[in-house]
Formats: sequence, C-alpha cells, structure tokens
Amino acid sequence: MELDRPLPNPITPEARPFWDGLREHRLMLPRCGACGHVFFYPRVLCPRCHARDVGWIQASGRGTLHAFEIGYQAFNRAWKVTPPWVLAMVELAEGPRLLSNLVNVEPDPKAIRCDMPVRVVFHRLTDEITLPLFEPAP
Amino acid sequence: MSAAADLRALRNAACIVGVDESDEIGNLPHKSQLTLHLEAVANAVRDAGLRISDVDGIFTAGQHSPALLGEALGITPRYVDGTSVGGCSFIIEVGHAVAALHHGLCDVAVVSHGESGRSGVGVSPRRDTSLTGQYEAPFGFGGAPTFFGMLTTRHMHVYGTTLEQWAQVAVSTRRWAMLNPKALRREPLTVADVLASRPVVYPFNVLNICLVTDAGGAVVLTRADRARDCAKPPVYVRGVGEGTEHVMVTQMRDLTFSEATRLAGGKAFRMAGVGPHDFDHVMLYDAFTSGPPLMLEALGLAGRGEGVHCFAEGRSTPGGSLPINTNGGGLSYTHSGMYGIFPIIEATRQLRGECGARQVPGVRLSLVNGMGGMLSAAGTLVLSNEVGS
Ligand SMILES: [Zn+2]
Repeated sequence: MELDRPLPNPITPEARPFWDGLREHRLMLPRCGACGHVFFYPRVLCPRCHARDVGWIQASGRGTLHAFEIGYQAFNRAWKVTPPWVLAMVELAEGPRLLSNLVNVEPDPKAIRCDMPVRVVFHRLTDEITLPLFEPAP
Repeated sequence: MSAAADLRALRNAACIVGVDESDEIGNLPHKSQLTLHLEAVANAVRDAGLRISDVDGIFTAGQHSPALLGEALGITPRYVDGTSVGGCSFIIEVGHAVAALHHGLCDVAVVSHGESGRSGVGVSPRRDTSLTGQYEAPFGFGGAPTFFGMLTTRHMHVYGTTLEQWAQVAVSTRRWAMLNPKALRREPLTVADVLASRPVVYPFNVLNICLVTDAGGAVVLTRADRARDCAKPPVYVRGVGEGTEHVMVTQMRDLTFSEATRLAGGKAFRMAGVGPHDFDHVMLYDAFTSGPPLMLEALGLAGRGEGVHCFAEGRSTPGGSLPINTNGGGLSYTHSGMYGIFPIIEATRQLRGECGARQVPGVRLSLVNGMGGMLSAAGTLVLSNEVGS
C-alpha cells in the first residue's frame, strides 16, 4: 500500500530506542540519570544539566494539546493525506513536547482547544515504523 | 571592564553609509540568485559613493559563503563573517561589522543578501536535517507556516488574540506598501479580505503569510570618521544585539514569548542608552502577521498579549503615532526567504529622509528587529541620524 506520509528519515542511532519502542507500542523518552530531566528529542547529553548519562523511560502516553494548526495544503511532496488534517504540538505528562497529529477529532478550530487532554495512538506505517499520533482523551 | 561597558564603547563607532536592493525585486525568473546578490552589493556600494575595490569586509548568510561572494566580486577581503541563524542573520552581522570596523579588522564592510526565493534560479536543493526529517516531516510539518502557526494558536489561547487582530497587521502593512513604488502588492486590503483569503494552515490564510519573491539587498558600513566623506548622510549604529534560543519549535520555552528577541533587544537598548518607548520608527521582520506583535511584546514596546493593539489605525499606519514596517514589509513589499536585510535598508532610507510619499516626518530614532526561524534567533539594531547624548 502506498504511504500517505513521509517516513522518518534518516533515523539516527541515538534515536533508535524511540523508534524501536514505538514498533512495540511503547512511547519511550530519554531521561537524564544525573538530574532526572525527561526530554525530547533524543541526544547524547542532558540539555538541563549537560550530564552524559542518558537512559530511557516508557512514557504514559498522556498529555495535553499545547498548540495546534489545521492543514489545508501539503508542505512536502510525500504528504498525501486528504485535507484538512490537524497538526499538533503535544506536551506529554512527563514534560517534553513533540510534534504530531491529532486524530479522531473534527478538524475544526471550534472542536479543538489548547490544553485539552490527549493520549497516544500508535499508527503503523511499515514493519519498521510506527508513529505516535494523538487523540482526545476522555 | 564589564561586557556592558564594552558594548557602550561601540555605540556610534560605525555608520551605515550605503543601502540598496538589486536592480529589480519581485518575480525574476531571468536572474540567478548570484546576479541578484552582486547587483545589490554594487548598488549599495555606489549609494555610499565608494567602489567595490574599497570593500574589505564581507558579511553574508544563505547559500553564498563570504568566500564565494568575494570571488564573484573580484576582491580578497581582510575579514569575513558567514553567521547563518536564519533571516535575521544580516541584522546580527551589522553588529559584527560594527565590532570589526571598530577594531580595524576591516575598513569598509558589506552585509549582503541575494536569493532567488520564488524562481529558484541558481539555487541548490535544500538539504534535510536529521531532526526535521525524523520528528517533523512524518506529521506533515515542513513549511515555515506549519511551525509559526503553533506560536500563534497558543497566543490566541493564552491572550484571547483574534484572527481579526492578526489580519489588522496585514492591513496596516499594506497601507504602507501602497505608498512604496517598489512594493509587489499595492492594491487596497481590508480585514475581511484577509479573513476570506485562501486557508493555508489554520490560523493562517494566504494573506497572513509573507510574499515569496526574488531579491537582493545590501548595506555598507564604515567607521564614523570615514563615514562623513561618503555620498549620503551617515546613519549611526547606536545599538546592536543578538540572541538565540532554539531551532525546533517544540524546544521554545514559552511559545508566546521570544527569549531570543528579549535578549537581542535588551542588549541593543542598553548599548544605545535608549528605552523601548523612545523610537519614532519601527521595522519588524514580518514573515507572518503574528510575528511583529510577538516581537513588540518581547522587546517591551507592548505588554504581554498586547502587541496587536499597536497595529490599530492611527498607530502603526501612515500618519500614525508609531509607524511600523513602512516599506510594506515581507507581507506586501518583498520577501525572498531571508528578509532581514530589507528592514535595515528601509530604516536607513527613512533616517535619510529619502522615502517620498511614505516618509515619516522627523524620524530620529529607528528600531530594526528581525527573527531567524520561528523566533528562534533574533537581531536588533538601534539606528539614528544623530549621534545623540
Ligand atoms: Zn540532567
């Protein structure tokens, strides 16, 4: 089946636990062993205390919609989702923010508000790649 | 000696003595971006009453390295700077040029830009990075509107800012463009027109987003003692400042408040010895209608959430109390991709009194502020046609 969106590319070695976790329906986040800071995106040092001691935790998958947009035109050639779609910035309960899509919601600014609770849904693209999307949480 | 004292020693050390665009700006499929760049440098050097062979400091950003520009111009500069932190790089480089000139590292500095942003003539393909390719593209993010919109909907949520208020920024800016013969879009514009224009990515319709054009621009600086011998009255660089906070929009600490802009503005104001309410002319990088209001808030010219009020009729508009973006801005005059050179050009022309129908009477102190990326980086200049106290 033809994909309707670009695959993450390139997948960098330091992010491997993130992508491996998603394939198993676990949302993994880097956590600093020295100060406990949970952050995203994955990198080899803690952006808060700069320690090189980075481990991983499984996130709850819960968070809030920090900000959003509704897309009406594609911004890259590999994006073939039928408009409109919801672009989302999610603030996870563990602290970090990531970009995603809000699904299972009416793509209408009247139906969506910042800070509404959301939860992860795992969207399988290929055998290798599953993306973390989000939906309104009860 | 403290860092702040150092900065004050640079106040008025150098002047802008030449500014100009490329021979033409707009939709130019018959010109490469190198041509646009060279035209702008040649025109700005001529505006200063200097020759290209006088230039010994090259400051540029984008796809042309300072080395390439030196080669193409046929000069071997003593000093080069290729700071590239987005569209405000040229504003930041004016600050770097002031320091280099002050210390004698060069005598004539050119800060310049050329970009075939619309036609893509002579442009190398954009390279992806591991961060945006991995964490943004798979969700449909890519163009600048898909990132800047996040700041905008968050601001609406926190402060109750409305689509009508953002639209008023486009309307005010168009009022100025109608007075600028070089502006691409000069037909009248209303709030209703903006709200009815084609949706691109909520909260932005196409008229909330800057133009995409082909253009070059350049600014020539020299030390204050030499500036008096140039062709036009000198414009003193009283204050400069720069800041960066993030690149990825998720990493911005407060989506409604630009820390990079606060840092840049604070440094420039302290160096110049001015406050946020001392200006009588303001140039702000307007890639999106929500950008300038957020900049006014971070610079302290407006309270938190109140930047949009500055764009009301009678304030930012022609004849208003604080004219903003008098060239017609990236929204209506030109926006080739890295817009930051153009607000410097306009501020210089206003301070020289060269602006014809759009001239702001009695301008003495102008503020130039630009962003790189999603308010990720910022550059601020305080410019004046007087040395001041
Ligand atoms: Zn840490």
